[in-house]
Amino acid sequence: MKKYILDLTLRQISEPRLGFVILQLTDPEKVLPAMVPGQFVEVRVDGSSTTFLRRPISINRVVRETNELWLLVHAVGDGTRALAALQPGAVVNVVLPLGNGFTLPEAAKERVLLVGGGVGTAPLLYLGEEMAACGCRPTFLLGARSAGDLMQLDLFRQLGDVYITTEDGSDGERGFVTQHSLWQQASFTRICTCGPKPMMVAVARLAREKGIACEASLENLMACGLGACLCCVEDTTDGHVCVCKEGPVFNIEKLKWS
Amino acid sequence: MKDLNVQIGSLSLKNPVMTASGTFGYGLEFADFVDLNRLGGIIVKGTTLEPRQGNAYPRMAETAQGMLNCVGLQNKGVDYFCEHIYPEVRKLGTAVLVNVSGNSPENYAECARRIAALDDIPAIELNISCPNVKKGGMAFGVTTEGAASVVKAVRKAYPKTLIVKLSPNVTSIADIARAVEAEGADAVSLINTLMGMAIDAERRRPLLSIGTGGLSGPAVKPVALRMVWQVFDAVKIPIVGLGGIMNATDAIEFMLAGATAVEIGTANFIDPAVTMKVIDGIEDYLCRHDFDSVRDLIGAAH
Repeated sequence: MKKYILDLTLRQISEPRLGFVILQLTDPEKVLPAMVPGQFVEVRVDGSSTTFLRRPISINRVVRETNELWLLVHAVGDGTRALAALQPGAVVNVVLPLGNGFTLPEAAKERVLLVGGGVGTAPLLYLGEEMAACGCRPTFLLGARSAGDLMQLDLFRQLGDVYITTEDGSDGERGFVTQHSLWQQASFTRICTCGPKPMMVAVARLAREKGIACEASLENLMACGLGACLCCVEDTTDGHVCVCKEGPVFNIEKLKWS
Repeated sequence: MKDLNVQIGSLSLKNPVMTASGTFGYGLEFADFVDLNRLGGIIVKGTTLEPRQGNAYPRMAETAQGMLNCVGLQNKGVDYFCEHIYPEVRKLGTAVLVNVSGNSPENYAECARRIAALDDIPAIELNISCPNVKKGGMAFGVTTEGAASVVKAVRKAYPKTLIVKLSPNVTSIADIARAVEAEGADAVSLINTLMGMAIDAERRRPLLSIGTGGLSGPAVKPVALRMVWQVFDAVKIPIVGLGGIMNATDAIEFMLAGATAVEIGTANFIDPAVTMKVIDGIEDYLCRHDFDSVRDLIGAAH
């Protein structure tokens, strides 16, 4: 897919929970380019003296009606905090779309489970929307420490059934996503997961046990985002490969996760 | 139209702006952002005789005004380059140079010999300065004897333009430059990355998998500029300057310090189209200061 460097305008910024923001970016002049769920963008951070590199952020939504790109940002360091402090009207320079997306269902009757945790739920929203657009109703399994940590639930619920686990039991079932009773009750033809690595490793293990095809989206530390610097490598069955270029979405069979 | 042509040994560049090894892939990764034909040259990723996996992840740490990396020369080996990459890059309308690394003078020479057989690769950049590999790499580049031994072996095996990339992790870079000039290098490029490290205070561990890494980006520019300045006074062969160049003004400063050409490295990560802006900016500078040729800038601050 053709990549672009774009100056986008921040139309709206919201805080779905403390320390997280949703940037709603638009191109005031052109239709946003084609992007697929699972791809990411590299955002330039201006005005932070300790931030040098762009920040790779997964695509949360592409809303064609309003020509908006949504990014869900966890303000965890100086760079992402600078992004979280942006005001509407700010110009945000992005390189996009980068990497490869999730495999979309081949048939509407495919039963796809999307498993997300923390900020890793971000790309699953766009994936769910694109699946729904092809007539496939996804099932979401979202994990968090506590009820207040779950974001964008209203949007997820418009697309499919949403199952929740929280570590403190404040919403859904208590425990981790891999412990949810859903795994006993339903069967799936495909799993897509994004979240903290321990969660994805556990989901991948369960998928293997059950013989379900599974893709995971990785977020290794990255510099260029284009496959040039070879910094973000993951050790795979093909050796060290760039997460930015060969991923960030990988079939778990390629990953050397125990 | 200003004259942007520069000469490095027998290699003629349409303009002085090249891309640094390991920061621009094989050029093709940047084709959506850059008109590759406009570049003075592309120096492709460090290539070794045998395939290398490089170091373990994590390989990168951001610093204020720069970054550290310890990639460790990950590449698929020279034969893979010749068979699979060369057919794709040979037709680019720019000079494509290969950065060659190794772990012994013979090993470097054999790699260079195989590149020499490729008609459309007019020059190599000999990497005797990689700080991230245990054997070879920088070990050769930090002594005059070590540097001379590799250049001597490669010079016999490689008849085309030979650029030697120098390490800044030395007491006197001018001495190293003189040593490689004496062994027949056609040019020197400097600087490779400065050795550094980063520590995670919370976890009380180094951030990089092998502890140390090479620092690049604007943080190293004053050091690089000083070294180009010193080497210009020490040798007669052309200098290719690099180290933290982020824009045309930086590039011009390197030329004024003595560089005949420049390489853009880490800046490609921040702005994938930066090389085009640097070329435009150099031309604009020549107009503003009424120079006919970019060659008028070389060493002009001395």
